[in-house]
Amino acid sequence: MVKIKFQNVRKVYNGTDVVDNLNLEVATGKFTVLIGPSGCGKTTTLKMVNRLVDPSAGEIFIEGKNISDLNPVDLRRRIGYVIQQIGLFPNMTIAQNIEVVPRLLHWPKQKRLDRTAELLSMVGMDPQQFMNRYPSELSGGQQQRIGVLRALAVEPPILLMDEPFGALDPITRESLQDEIKKLQMKLGVTVLFVTHDMDEAIKLADMIVLMREGQVEQAASPEKLLSDPVSDFVQEFIGKKHLPTNYDVESVWEIMNPNAVTIAKTKGINESIALMNKRNVDSLIIVDENRKLEGIVSVEEIRAAGRQESRIRRIGDLGIRQVPTINIHSQARDAFDLIVNENPRFIVAVDDEDIVYGIVTKTSLVKALAGVVWGDETDV
Amino acid sequence: MSDLPIFLQRNWGTFVNALGTHLKLSFSAVAIGICIAVPTGILLTRFPKAAKKVLAGVGVLQTVPSMVMFGLAMPLLGIGIRTALVVLIIYSILPILRNTYTGISEIPEKYIIAARGMGMNGFQMLMRVELPLAGSVIISGIQLSAVYIISWTTIAALVGAGGLGDLIYTGIMTYNYSMILLGAAPASILAVLTSLLIGWLARIATPRGLRM
Ligand SMILES: Nc1ncnc2c1ncn2[C@@H]1O[C@H](COP(=O)(O)OP(=O)(O)OP(=O)(O)O)[C@@H](O)[C@H]1O
Ligand SMILES: [Mg+2]
Repeated sequence: MVKIKFQNVRKVYNGTDVVDNLNLEVATGKFTVLIGPSGCGKTTTLKMVNRLVDPSAGEIFIEGKNISDLNPVDLRRRIGYVIQQIGLFPNMTIAQNIEVVPRLLHWPKQKRLDRTAELLSMVGMDPQQFMNRYPSELSGGQQQRIGVLRALAVEPPILLMDEPFGALDPITRESLQDEIKKLQMKLGVTVLFVTHDMDEAIKLADMIVLMREGQVEQAASPEKLLSDPVSDFVQEFIGKKHLPTNYDVESVWEIMNPNAVTIAKTKGINESIALMNKRNVDSLIIVDENRKLEGIVSVEEIRAAGRQESRIRRIGDLGIRQVPTINIHSQARDAFDLIVNENPRFIVAVDDEDIVYGIVTKTSLVKALAGVVWGDETDV
Repeated sequence: MSDLPIFLQRNWGTFVNALGTHLKLSFSAVAIGICIAVPTGILLTRFPKAAKKVLAGVGVLQTVPSMVMFGLAMPLLGIGIRTALVVLIIYSILPILRNTYTGISEIPEKYIIAARGMGMNGFQMLMRVELPLAGSVIISGIQLSAVYIISWTTIAALVGAGGLGDLIYTGIMTYNYSMILLGAAPASILAVLTSLLIGWLARIATPRGLRM
């Protein structure tokens, strides 16, 4: 089933085709992701769906109806919209922000209240605690959540999302991606989602639409896109994002333990000890605010620092030791070699930019081998 | 100075009268100024090209010294409170107009796109998003305007409108220093108090989310 159909759509700004003869079908109930370099026309394409921008030529249909025949204000109230910079109204409380569209549609007060509470609970935010706060009193990740809830308030059949998780740290970002994917599947909404992050696209999409200079370069499922890129441009775009392009059992990505215990270098000594106790480990991987590797520190070193009554407060100020690292795209065999030859307690798995993704230990190697010998139970 | 109490007693009636007129005149000028300038400012945000010209024109008007303005208005409108009111209204408009216009124009675009994208019509956007977000800028325009107008109302006595200016001019004519003070000091205090009052009202009317 087709929900949104673009037919020969063009948009011209100052004589240049920002969107150039776009033909695209967005399937009902599916998660479609628009991706491409900056300025290729993603936001413009999205805005044409709710008529914030009208095409210069061509037609857009929603469930067979030409949207240029519909009243834009009515149309927009039936399409959820998450803008590129969240845009929660700072003069309104969280509840008032979520209730914008319900109010426009004259929902009675009790119904609005119930819905707001339901939505907040859905993303694990306590309604009592958050309803009467203002956006400025929320963390970035919480604000992003509210931005999404606001768009979902009246259960619109279509949800447009423009880089909704743009400015978040990788960990918050991942958990929000999980949430939105779950919500989308549960509610059966048709989602048109813009990103420039290929990892995000692959994780979320049923269909990826890779755009280039206002045109569709390739529209395909993530698997198809990865295995069958139609052009060098697609290939390069995938490669540029440092994706593990082959999901062989043989890459480090596949065999590593993703639950590495990391700590930000700005954290205190006591917090570090508490974390070690809680996770039952004898060393911590120290990272910066972007989860980039700084080094490791062991429990002995922390204890020593504590005994010296030194003035060191931040864990990052302890003498940090370097650790062996391995790229997540490397062959698993390289990890074997490293562990066998140098016998380190563990190797840190990082990407090209030294971002920590996990660790490889003797245990993870044994598990990987066991998977090869007896079949991988986690995949069954 | 020992005869101050006697002086006050003798002139109390005149003073109260002058103060009343002064308040009435300033308040009316600012109130009418708001009624003209806020809607006009909103209208201008819908026509940004025309807005630049209109604001420039009103700006020029503002630079005409108030003495000259009163002098010009007298032959046209005669002597009395009406003339004073018209001139004061003209002066009250610019700060409010300019702040209404810039306050709304400078709202970050994301809020406008979000509001339109969620299906607000023009009026709903104005009431729920634009005015609340521009509110503090508009109010500081009103504050500025009120302070100006209270002090300029003293000049309105020149065209026979009365007010605290009357006491000042009478004092100057008769070399009566106490009389000058009786007009000048309350006018200044009034300006400061009004400014504080408006500032305080603005603060308590601001939702928590917009307070810094
Ligand atoms: N209102 C406008 N007037 C003129 N040009 C515009 C307008 N809106 C967008 N453009 C231009 O159209 C092109 C596509 O813009 P668009 O916002 O759709 O890109 P995008 O793919 O969303 O990029 P990004 O990833 O940076 O958000 C850009 O070159 C942009 O400068
Ligand atoms: Mg964009």
